[in-house]
Amino acid sequence: MDTIYKWFNERLPISNTFERHLSKHPVPKKVNFWYLFGALASVVLIVQILSGIWLMFGYENSEEGAFASVEYIMRDIDYGWLIRYMHTTGASMFFAVVYLHMFRGLLYGSYKKPRELVWIFGMSIYLIMMAEGFLGYVLPYGQMSYWGAQVIISLFGAIPYIGESLEIWIRGDYYISGSTISRFFALHVVALPLMLIALVFMHLVALHEVGAGNPEGIDIEKHLDDDGIPLDSVPFFPYKVLNALVGIGVFGTVFAIFMFFFPEGGGYFIEAPNFEEANPLSTPEHIAPVWYYSPYYSMLRAVPDKLGGFVVMAAAVAILFVVPWLDRSKVNSIRYKGIWSKIAILLFAVSFITLGYLGTVPVTEIRTLMSIICTVIYFSFFLLMPIYTSFEKTSVPPERL
Amino acid sequence: MEQNPDKTRRKVLISMTASVGAVGAAFAVTPFIASWNPSAKAKAMGAPVKVDISRIEVGQIIQVAWRKQPVFVVRHSKNALESLGKIENKLADPNSVSIEEPYRDLHPTRSKSNEYSVLAGVCTHLGCAPKYHPEVEPKPWDATWLGGFFCPCHGSMFDIVGRVFKGVPAPTNLKVPPHNFQGNTLTIGEDKT
Repeated sequence: MDTIYKWFNERLPISNTFERHLSKHPVPKKVNFWYLFGALASVVLIVQILSGIWLMFGYENSEEGAFASVEYIMRDIDYGWLIRYMHTTGASMFFAVVYLHMFRGLLYGSYKKPRELVWIFGMSIYLIMMAEGFLGYVLPYGQMSYWGAQVIISLFGAIPYIGESLEIWIRGDYYISGSTISRFFALHVVALPLMLIALVFMHLVALHEVGAGNPEGIDIEKHLDDDGIPLDSVPFFPYKVLNALVGIGVFGTVFAIFMFFFPEGGGYFIEAPNFEEANPLSTPEHIAPVWYYSPYYSMLRAVPDKLGGFVVMAAAVAILFVVPWLDRSKVNSIRYKGIWSKIAILLFAVSFITLGYLGTVPVTEIRTLMSIICTVIYFSFFLLMPIYTSFEKTSVPPERL
Repeated sequence: MEQNPDKTRRKVLISMTASVGAVGAAFAVTPFIASWNPSAKAKAMGAPVKVDISRIEVGQIIQVAWRKQPVFVVRHSKNALESLGKIENKLADPNSVSIEEPYRDLHPTRSKSNEYSVLAGVCTHLGCAPKYHPEVEPKPWDATWLGGFFCPCHGSMFDIVGRVFKGVPAPTNLKVPPHNFQGNTLTIGEDKT
C-alpha cells in the first residue's frame, strides 16, 4: 500500500495538495453558522450534477418528446420521480444557500480587500446559476416553460436595432420550438456546467490564496506563531470539515423534507401550469417566475417601459459585482460599522424580500407602487454605500478573534 | 545575436500577426454563430393559413395559429368602430407612426377589411398573448374601459383594433400580419391574391 501511494505521490502532488489545501490550510478558529453556506452550496452542486446526469437518461430534447419524456421519467422509470424532484428541489436549495452565502458576504464584508476577486468569481457563479436555472426550467416544455421563456427571450427584443433579430437567433425559430429546446439542453447540461465548475474552482483557488474571512472582519494574519501560522486559526481538515458535516446533516434533512413532502414547494419551486404541455396559443392567466428570480422580475414590472425595465433588471445584478469598490468603510464587519450601515442593510434585506414576494403575485396599482419604492431602496443601498460607509462613525474591532 | 533589438519593428510584427489572427478567429467563429439562425426547416414552416370568417359573430374573436403564433381575427360592430375616435386621447400612438403599418389609412380596423381586424396576438412588451375583453365596463386595470385587449402578464392595454395605451409597458401597437380577404376566406401570411 505504502509503495503504491509513494509511486503516485512522486508523480502527482497528492500529499502536497492535501496539506496545502486541507490538513495545513489555516482557517479562522471562530466563525458562526453564516460560514456554512459555502460548503452547503458545493454539496448542492454535486447533487445537481448527479441528479442531472440521471435525468438525461430519460429526457428527450425535442418539441414533441420533451414534455412526454418528463412524464415518463416521473411515472415509468423506477425512482424517476425522486431523481426529478431531487433536481428541482436542488435548484431552489442551491439558490437558497447561495443567497444566504451572498448575504453573509454583505454582512461581514467578505468582499473587502484582498477578497475582491473571490467576490467577483462568486458573483459570476451566481450569474451562470441564474442562466442554468432559466434554461433548465424551459426543458420540460410545460406552459410555464414556454411562456416564461417567451418573456425572458423577449427581453432581448428591448435592445435597440438588433433586438428582434437577436430574439430569433436565440430561439433559432419564430417561436420557442424544438430548436430552442435542443440548444437550451446543450447549454444546460454541457456548456454552462463546465463554466460553473471552472468558476467554482477559481472561487476556491482565490479564496485559499487570501484566506477565509471571519465575523469580526479582522485579519488573522497579523498574529502569527513561531511557524508563521495564524494564532487564531485551526487547520481546515479535520476541524472545519467535520464541523461542516453537522450542518450538511441538518441541511440534508430540510432538503429531504421538501423533496418528499413538498416537491412543488407550494408553487414556488414548480408552478402548477408547468404540469400542462406548452401551448403557444394560450398564455396562462398569471405568469410568475420561480421564487429565486422574482425580486428582479418585480423590478422589471415596476418600470413602465420595455427597455427601461430590462436595463433596471440587468443593473440590479450588475451592481453586485462592484460592491467591493462601493464599500469605503474602515472596518469589514457589520458588527463594527456605524448605525447607517446597519439601517441600510436592514432596509435592503426587507426590500429584497418584499420584491421577491411582489414578483410572484399579480400586479395591482398599490403593488406596483411598492415595487417602485423597494427598487429605489435596493439601488440606494448600493449607490449611497460610498457615502454612508465613509462618513459614519465606526467602532474598533478587537485585535484577536 | 544583436544586442539591442529594434523594439518598434518587433511591435509592428506582433500587432500584424495579432490582427491576422483576429481576422482568422472571426472567420472561425462565424459558422458557430450562424448555426443558431433558424434552419431551412424552421423557415419553411411559415406557410400561409386560410380561415373561414363567415361564422364569426359581430363582436366575436377567433384565434388562428400562424407560424405557431396566435393571430386574432375580430369582427367589430359599426358602433364600436365609430367610437374608436373617443379613445384616442388614451392611446400612445393612435396612427401607428412608430411601427411599420402594412395597411395604413385603409380602414379604422387597420386591416384590409372595413369590418374585421387581423392582429398578431403577441404583446409587443414581452410576447404574452393578450386577452380580449370587449365589454364596456369598469375593469380592475381601468375604470373607464371601453373594450380592448389586456395582457395578463404585465398589464399592457390595447384598444379593440390593437392600439397601445399610454403609460403601459408595451412600447408599440399590436402588429398587423400580412393578410388578404377573398369572400368569406381570410388568408393570413400572404398579401397577394
